[in-house]
Amino acid sequence: MTDLLNELGAAHEQQQFGILDEYSKREIRRAILTAVAVPGYQVPFGSREMPVARGWGSGGLQLTLAVISPSDVIKVIDQGDDQGVNAVNLRRLIVQSTKVPETTTASDASIVQSRHRIPEDGLDEQDILILQVPVPEPLRGVERDMRELSRMHAEADYSKMWVSLYEDKVRNGVITQTTGYPCLVNDRYVIATTPIPRWDIPRLDQSPFLTLFGAGREKRIYAVPPYTAVTPLTFEDVPFEVEHTPGASCSQCGSNKTFLVEIPGPTSRWVCSDTDWCERNSGKA
Amino acid sequence: MKPVTAPDWVLKVENLGKVFGNLSTHGIANTGPEVGTSKDSVSGAIVAAWDVSFEVAAGEALGVVGESGSGKSTVMRCIAGDQVATSGAVKIRTTRNEQLDIFSLSAAERRQLRVNKIAVVYQDPAEGLEMNVTAGGNIASPLTAAGWRNFSEIRGRASELLNRTEVPLNRMDDAVKSFSGGMRQRVQLAKAIANRPPIVLFDEPTTGLDASVAAGVLDLIRGLLEEYGLAAVVVSHDFSVIEMLTTRCIVMNHGRVVESALTDQLLEDPHHPYSQKLVSAARA
Repeated sequence: MTDLLNELGAAHEQQQFGILDEYSKREIRRAILTAVAVPGYQVPFGSREMPVARGWGSGGLQLTLAVISPSDVIKVIDQGDDQGVNAVNLRRLIVQSTKVPETTTASDASIVQSRHRIPEDGLDEQDILILQVPVPEPLRGVERDMRELSRMHAEADYSKMWVSLYEDKVRNGVITQTTGYPCLVNDRYVIATTPIPRWDIPRLDQSPFLTLFGAGREKRIYAVPPYTAVTPLTFEDVPFEVEHTPGASCSQCGSNKTFLVEIPGPTSRWVCSDTDWCERNSGKA
Repeated sequence: MKPVTAPDWVLKVENLGKVFGNLSTHGIANTGPEVGTSKDSVSGAIVAAWDVSFEVAAGEALGVVGESGSGKSTVMRCIAGDQVATSGAVKIRTTRNEQLDIFSLSAAERRQLRVNKIAVVYQDPAEGLEMNVTAGGNIASPLTAAGWRNFSEIRGRASELLNRTEVPLNRMDDAVKSFSGGMRQRVQLAKAIANRPPIVLFDEPTTGLDASVAAGVLDLIRGLLEEYGLAAVVVSHDFSVIEMLTTRCIVMNHGRVVESALTDQLLEDPHHPYSQKLVSAARA
């Protein structure tokens, strides 16, 4: 009996790749397949307890560990930065539990897990972008009742979202929503593009790579398959605009065509959010 | 009771019934004006409305009058889709002159009717408006639901409607919760007619407003009915509202229609004892 148990345990050890057991991976993969089949639809899934706190990327981590294979190369970024605390810890967890190689170069990676950014370049048809999503429900700000939210999505009744954009424009003169900007996917479902900034939204439209959104705390997965239309909701006469600060350029590489973040201080300066792209383009890599 | 008819009807209600709970075998016979109750004494079910029939033509307003609990608001809510009727049919005539039984539609299709076919003005503006949203935003709601996607055009249409309903345009961008009761009702009217629906249901539209404000709102409603050629159903316990807005009306008591007549005839010469009681109370 003991031998049998040892044998089963050894087989289990041999099978397990990453932290998740095979049943969990299978359940998450099924949810991913549904999400890819119905672009933008939020698929409920049995979010597992992970060795990171809810809200620290547990949804993205589960997606990564469900789709990763030994032949993959992983890149993890936080706010575009490979060396952010969250990115370093998640990357260490993934690499130690799967033994897959890691990289900071987007073009070398086959899976990019990100909180906040899409890498400025390097993602193609073979790659998967996995986003850690804090709030997957785009309509949460305009409706609290979960049943009503389901109905609104089912009937594509997004008039409350349009009213919300109208109110934003009336009260502030511009549409102020930055991250989580609502977008229509494949002309059907509205998604929250959180956590990415508006800057990255045009890059989701007809992108060659698969984008998976995972919300561990809210137990939802949704997807933008390759070459799918992603249209930000905006009025015909109010053009969609991305973040831009006139005159700002990266203090390291000089770029003014990338998403820049401000480093506060007595003499504040701007740098590229995507540190890998910045290093490559300033010749420091 | 012979149904109130209109040859060129836009809205037709046929034998509408709404029961809350399970009726006993003789539940219908056990309730009604003759018995003096809407409650089935055997099962405890409430027959809120039963065998209600009427027709309304374009440009015409029909009054539904009765005291509290008579079933008039239940009839309106069944037509609007806020409640599911137990029996009967409600038909509307489409622009292609086809008859559409709205009870045969799915819940989603019923909701779609509320975008540009049937509008409701509630007694409580909080039911018909988002109180934290601006007056313009509230009007933008049915417009965006109908597919409007141009910000300037939405603003223009909202301004036009608020102007028509006599809401100061400098309040257009204020949250409705900061408005007085009368002004909230005016915003609700503007929202109701935003997509020019052929049918508008009014549920006690001036109840709760003081007399002078109510008179202004009634004047406005009467003007809109004429201007837009609406088929309207006006539910009210107040004969002065019915007298001012409607040409025909039905009187409801314990869920049944007890009398139907031209409004001025009813006020001059009510036949049913319950109608006589209502009219004499109103005259007093």
